[in-house]
Amino acid sequence: MTDMQASGDRLAHYVRREPFDAYDGEKTDPALENYYMATQWKLMWWKLKRHKLALWSGAFLLVMYLSILVSELIAPYSLATRNTDFIYAPPQAVHLWHDGRFVGPFVYGLDYSLDMDTLKRNYVPNPDKVQPIRFFCRGESYEWMGLIEGSFHFMCPAEDGTLFLLGTDRLGRDMFSRLAYGTRISLTIGLIGVTIKFVLGIVLGGLAGYYGGWVDMVIQRLIEIIRSFPELPLWMALSASLPVSWSPLYIYFGITLILGLIGWTGLGRAVRSKLLSLREEDFCTAANLMGAKPRRIIFRHLVPSFMSHLIASATLAIPTMILGETALSFLGLGLRPPITSWGVLLTEAQNINVVALYPWLLLPVCAVIATVLAFNFLGDGLRDAADPYK
Amino acid sequence: MFAYLVRRLLVMVPTLLAISAIVFTIIQLPPGDYLSTLIAELQSQGEAANLERIEFLRQQYGLDRTPVEQYFHWLFGLLHGDLGWSFEYNLPVSHVIGDRLLLSFLVAFVTVIFTYAVAFPIGIYSATHQYSWGDYGLTLLGFLGLATPSFLLALVMLYLANIWFGTSIGGLMDPEYIDQPMSWGKFASVLEHLWIPVIVIGTSGTAAMIRRLRANLLDELQKQYVTTARAKGLPPRRALLKYPLRMSLNPFISDIGDLLPHMISGAAIVSVVMSLPTNGPMLLSALRSQDMYLAGSFLMIEAVLIVVGVFLSDLALAALDPRIRLHGGATK
Repeated sequence: MTDMQASGDRLAHYVRREPFDAYDGEKTDPALENYYMATQWKLMWWKLKRHKLALWSGAFLLVMYLSILVSELIAPYSLATRNTDFIYAPPQAVHLWHDGRFVGPFVYGLDYSLDMDTLKRNYVPNPDKVQPIRFFCRGESYEWMGLIEGSFHFMCPAEDGTLFLLGTDRLGRDMFSRLAYGTRISLTIGLIGVTIKFVLGIVLGGLAGYYGGWVDMVIQRLIEIIRSFPELPLWMALSASLPVSWSPLYIYFGITLILGLIGWTGLGRAVRSKLLSLREEDFCTAANLMGAKPRRIIFRHLVPSFMSHLIASATLAIPTMILGETALSFLGLGLRPPITSWGVLLTEAQNINVVALYPWLLLPVCAVIATVLAFNFLGDGLRDAADPYK
Repeated sequence: MFAYLVRRLLVMVPTLLAISAIVFTIIQLPPGDYLSTLIAELQSQGEAANLERIEFLRQQYGLDRTPVEQYFHWLFGLLHGDLGWSFEYNLPVSHVIGDRLLLSFLVAFVTVIFTYAVAFPIGIYSATHQYSWGDYGLTLLGFLGLATPSFLLALVMLYLANIWFGTSIGGLMDPEYIDQPMSWGKFASVLEHLWIPVIVIGTSGTAAMIRRLRANLLDELQKQYVTTARAKGLPPRRALLKYPLRMSLNPFISDIGDLLPHMISGAAIVSVVMSLPTNGPMLLSALRSQDMYLAGSFLMIEAVLIVVGVFLSDLALAALDPRIRLHGGATK
């Protein structure tokens, strides 16, 4: 400074040309701005993206659900095709190399012999019979969803060959194909059932939470009563009461309805307690003062504030329904053939002999476990993502 | 405390009445009754049904009366300890189910103990060692336990036990003790057979409980008072056991209301697979043959068992937690 004064030069006069902005200091970078302005759903998605396991589970479930659109195309055989020469055939392993030479995916044909002492069917892969799997091929004809006829499959057995990726059952039906068809029934039962649960839970829980008083009292008691019954025996009793004369399709809807009617209580309670705390909030009082009707307040203001939470609970509720259907069908009280679900497939594995002799009949349980696990992981991830305090 | 007890008991009365009405409706739901099933069965075997005898039976069993009359008759009987008549066994229901009920109680009781005994240490370990390998391993195991249908677990266990121990472990006791009066030998045999059903039935409940205990304890451990306690130099073990654990035990006890129905459900299907002489298989066959009073009694008794269980857990909770004791405990 002293130098400058000594030299006698004046300081350069700086004038800023831009108009003055009083909020200049509070400006943030666009990324943060984006974060502040994001909707609740976007925030949830960002949080969920960090939860890798939940994301992979979600992707897995998406693939499973997409697969039920094209079950007919995935299954190499149709639901009821009987390969009478291959009863209780074990799964055929897929190989790529034969005699040190690359062939592409193929299976070895099975040689059949009957053990005359135990009357057990023995199948031995024959290394001479190389049966390459055909892809994107024409095979058995089917009716897609009972509407469109077709014969296109993603994969088929070789001409005059077999392709039993998961073995065959007591009638020689291909388990893999049946599993693919069963997926359609088992997964949709969970979805439809959860929809029923959801509607009942929101409506009844909403009424209880919003009105309080005697409505709350009645619904609370109702929930308590339903919860006093052990689930499975109650399901058993109700599904035993479905008329025998009903067609399998009606039974399917009946079972779904039963699963949903009993299962809504947990969701109903969650809705009620959330509503009880939310209706005391200021925005709710404001809406009320402005003359909004209860229905508008519930569905326009209250439900959106805990929808994310509800979706997480619903995701966690689907596995119960899938397991419930499996158990009921296993006991013979659930779905009946020709409708095929995972539970119906598992009825084949009802005794210990099956575990000992034909363990591949237990394989549908892997599908059950994988799906239930995936729903649990996804549900946990969603719940964490929906929780603003985490 | 006394006022709370009385109010809690009074609430149970209408609940039980409603349950009985629902049970009766359910067992009435299937079209026809046991006798029409019987007639159809006789006719399908080519035998002529003796219509006079059928009519006599119908009157004898009161099946010709209106459902409402039948309900009150049944309810009146229930209140006097008369569970009705089992058509299939041609015996009073109480004679048919007496022994089975005892064994069902035993299985349910031991399973609850098992669940607590396993879930408690594992839950604490998982919460205190969050994100360790042990925690991940146990959590994965818990998820698997939740996802596996119990009946398949039962089948596989039966098979494995058969291979490893060379014994048939189906049933709940050695064959020579069946229908024998209770003795030490029988008791020991029951204990020997009990562990597999207990593990199978308890698995999913245990898994659920571990997850809940872990979550509760984690929530508590993050609270300020724990930090304060640590900062004041409380030994870690005491800082864990004295307050956070006690706080997270609350749901542990109130959960019995969820646990009991779960256990009884699980027991029903597992005992069908393992042919245990408990409620499950008999309920299934009673439902199939429309032996309505037998099926109804099972449903009713199971529901009563659960209501009483929840009542006891509420009492325990009230004894533990002064907030519930003093404010009427509507916080659930």
